[in-house]
Amino acid sequence: MSSLELYPQDEKLPRGEHVAFNLYMITALLLFVLMMLLGLTMRMTQADWTPVQAAMFYKVMTMHGAGMVGTMSLASTAVMWFFLRKYVSLHLWAFLGNYVLFMLGALCIIWAVFVGNFASAWTFLYPLPVHSMGLWSNGAAAVFMLGYLLIGVGMLLFYLDAAAAIIRRYGNLARGLGLQWLFGGTIDPTHPKAVVAGTMVIIANSLGILAGAVVLVMCLINAYDPEVALNALVVKNLIYWFGHMVINATIYMGVIAVYELLPRYTGKPYGISRPFLWSWAASTVFVIIVFPHHLLMDYAEPRWMLVMGQIISYAAGFPVFLVTAYGVLTNIHRSGLRWKMPSMLAVLALFGWAAGIVPAIIDGTISVNRVMHNTQWVPGHFHFYLLLGVLPMILTLLYHVVGSRRRAPVNGGVDRAGLFLYVTGGIAFCMVFLYAGHMSVARRFAAHLPEWLPYDRAGSVAAMVLILGMLLFATRIIVGLLKAPIDADPAHPAG
Amino acid sequence: MVFQNVIWAITLAGMGLVALGFIYAIAQAGKPADPAEAERAHRTSISLRRALFVALLLLGIGIAWASLRPFPIPPQHQPLQAAQVVEVVGHQWTWDVSQTHLRADEPVEFRVTASDVNHGFAIYAPDGRIVIQTQAMPGFTNKILYTFRTPGTYRIMCLEYCGVAHNGMTAEFDVAAREDKS
Repeated sequence: MSSLELYPQDEKLPRGEHVAFNLYMITALLLFVLMMLLGLTMRMTQADWTPVQAAMFYKVMTMHGAGMVGTMSLASTAVMWFFLRKYVSLHLWAFLGNYVLFMLGALCIIWAVFVGNFASAWTFLYPLPVHSMGLWSNGAAAVFMLGYLLIGVGMLLFYLDAAAAIIRRYGNLARGLGLQWLFGGTIDPTHPKAVVAGTMVIIANSLGILAGAVVLVMCLINAYDPEVALNALVVKNLIYWFGHMVINATIYMGVIAVYELLPRYTGKPYGISRPFLWSWAASTVFVIIVFPHHLLMDYAEPRWMLVMGQIISYAAGFPVFLVTAYGVLTNIHRSGLRWKMPSMLAVLALFGWAAGIVPAIIDGTISVNRVMHNTQWVPGHFHFYLLLGVLPMILTLLYHVVGSRRRAPVNGGVDRAGLFLYVTGGIAFCMVFLYAGHMSVARRFAAHLPEWLPYDRAGSVAAMVLILGMLLFATRIIVGLLKAPIDADPAHPAG
Repeated sequence: MVFQNVIWAITLAGMGLVALGFIYAIAQAGKPADPAEAERAHRTSISLRRALFVALLLLGIGIAWASLRPFPIPPQHQPLQAAQVVEVVGHQWTWDVSQTHLRADEPVEFRVTASDVNHGFAIYAPDGRIVIQTQAMPGFTNKILYTFRTPGTYRIMCLEYCGVAHNGMTAEFDVAAREDKS
């Protein structure tokens, strides 16, 4: 169980780790703001407020999608690393190696999109990358896919190091996940939730990344030797297996911050339990096999896979609602919670996750998917649990770390104003997407029908408010991270 | 009632319930409980969670059963015996549709495929709402079986991103009332 001490000694960042953490998080904050501005550009183009041509719109869309997924992964990996290093021995070179490979991959993607004109969306569904109708070359597609490969290799490097560390400490991954206590036995109350969640992510996301590597190599071979034709449905399955796990892993890495930090602000222990272990064991399986819910409109898919996609989508809600969200609610209930920036963000994060998966689960129903698939309902639900769920999880840790530098939790008026703007703009932004989705407004359109413009305009205004909040967060946190801790050794200043 | 409106109402209700749970806990969060109250609250929370688990389990099983029987996708490997058959091929960035005049109240089988990349074949009703869709994928034919009830002009839109003119990839067909079929 994690300590209730607000700023425990074992969380301090020595110089090398401090630099690495700042590199990750400052890069991520800057990228989040940039990617949000790209998103705003898309919404304003749809609203007919900015004169962006279709070719540029789809490049921006590709960059926004790939950039947001990558940045969420980068920042949530830093969350997992921050807490996991307290319990197992991680190598800094693996953590930094992931960062270097991420940056190289990001450069490849930026080059492919803005120099090579690649615009195949972040999902790069075969055969669009090699069928651009003359808008980009196969070389640009190859550089984009090489960028993904580099990022995937970096993540795998970090996971392998983390897996080795967990195995060294606990014997095997099953014991890290706590499977030995599923059916009985006395649960070790000190077994860290960070290790349980981290083990789940290592297992699931390594599989996802391997699927991604396989499909990327297949597509690269096809780009240079079209004789090696691919089965479009098999490729689609592999892409969504990869894509679903990579983005879902960000939630499971990010939530570690809530598990670890929220009890320190409530003062109530948030112990490990058998339902908790069952929920993480089940989630490990669910997240690996739920991906067919992305293919419910591919009627050629085997029927059992479509049924599995629907039923597992429903089942995946149980651990979120009944264990994690419920656990957080019982932890804050009658606790005397200290409402500071980290605790407010932690509660917001669980609300965003739990509320955001409601429309996601509903869309996992085949008969609903028939009228909602690829409408704005989809960005509505995933923006809800990413913007109001995962990003606040990351911000929870960042505000906590900034507070730890001065030994007092952050609770300034500017930060609270940022939170107000972020929450107001974020909820409005996502609800406009959901409303437009139920009105059948298509997603991924560079130009909208006249009757869709009011939604686009409302969404654009909401996005501006949200970004204003994010700018305040980013500025305050970056300044805070770069400040030396008040108890720093002046001979060895950090950061 | 429009199906999407029902889904919207259910979604708002579900998200609203989640929000109420958070509002309740947040409202109580600032009032620390004494040990006896905390113990009572702990026992209540365990009972409530069990009840929620059972309720959600029954709800999930019920909805899954009701929504999968009959299976909402027609058989893909046997003839559908529809009175009207429409062959649809998606290309970057046009639709080839074999028939553009259909009759209401008689089933229509759409056989949907693509010649180049993935497309999304979505049918928009005259009121601007989607009535049904499937993917148009190279190398595969996805079959839709649908009976139009409302006469009028329907629009086909591509809902799977397929390149720079994706949003302009549209087509139309007419559905006539049954008595107008001559």
